[in-house]
Amino acid sequence: MMFVPGNNPGMMADAHIYGPDSIMLDLEDSVTMAEKDSARLLVYNALKSIDYGGCEMVVRINPLSTPYGRKDVEAVVKAGVDVIRMPKTETADEVRELEAEILKVENEIGCPGRTLIMAAIESALGVVNAYAIATASKRMMGIALGAEDYSANLKTQRTRGGAELLLARESIVVAARAAGIACFDTVFSNLDDMESFRKETELIKSLGFDGKSIINPRQIEVVNEVFTPSEKDILKARTIIAAIREAKAKGSGVIAVNGKMVDRPVVLRAERTIALAVAAGILPKEEQI
Amino acid sequence: MELKNAVAGTLESGDIMVRIEPSDGGLQIGLESPVKAKFGRQIESLIRETLGSLGIENAKVEAIDKGALDCTIRARVTAAAVRASGKDVWKD
Repeated sequence: MMFVPGNNPGMMADAHIYGPDSIMLDLEDSVTMAEKDSARLLVYNALKSIDYGGCEMVVRINPLSTPYGRKDVEAVVKAGVDVIRMPKTETADEVRELEAEILKVENEIGCPGRTLIMAAIESALGVVNAYAIATASKRMMGIALGAEDYSANLKTQRTRGGAELLLARESIVVAARAAGIACFDTVFSNLDDMESFRKETELIKSLGFDGKSIINPRQIEVVNEVFTPSEKDILKARTIIAAIREAKAKGSGVIAVNGKMVDRPVVLRAERTIALAVAAGILPKEEQI
Repeated sequence: MELKNAVAGTLESGDIMVRIEPSDGGLQIGLESPVKAKFGRQIESLIRETLGSLGIENAKVEAIDKGALDCTIRARVTAAAVRASGKDVWKD
């Protein structure tokens, strides 16, 4: 998910060329108060006019507690955005308040239920309430960590190893999995330190995240490399799935592949490997299980 | 419609800066653009159409284009017009 400032039309026009899975046009932190009205109009018109080639379009709105939040919702829902990212989410009630606001606009234009919600968790209270937030609405498609505000709220700062974020990251993954929705890690701001960026991406993948937020097209390649299964992984996954299908056809239960027992978690991991390979475009869609 | 001086947009690549001032003599549009020879008439027409849809018939408009897409021109002209007129574009 690539962050693009909502007041930069040049970047908004080119963002999809680099092939991110989703683009998040930002009306919140990257836009000064004096430019909120103009950025909202830019984002509205861009969503209505630019062909983003099937890329998932997300807009980070301003909090509903500010004078801008409700106008942001009205503009982006009318423009047909896929997902609204709610910043600094701390409670399930905030999600329900946003949902009501979205529905009001959707009813006005005759398309109830179209817009999904992603909640950014950026405080200790948000982490504590992660599962309640993740399950607050049927529109919830994912939760995401916002690490800068979270670190400030914890009264600490971000470090290269990310020890201060570990509990939040694990809590967000667990809450998302329990709720059956996606989870996305925070941004890595130092563009000159690609080695640490790769290490952080490997870490969050191993924790179970579905993806990472990025701030520059240069970071896309690293995220794709880390998240795309290797040929060896794909071969192993295909072997497991073929073996389990054969066993099912024969009516047998537990099977072994290369001397190792294959049970349900192993099959689920193999299916996820295939799904990631299909999403990365290295396997055809027909292989999707 | 009563207007005050207002501006929206920037001089960055891909953007357009639009300045609107009150006037009594219809829409007077001044345009600077690297593509004026080829697309000047089209850009002016878009500015005119956007202002017309907001009910603005009298204004002096100065636009400095830096290669903006049509959607950016529409957005920046609307933002300048909303700031000049005080109109709420989402409600009015």
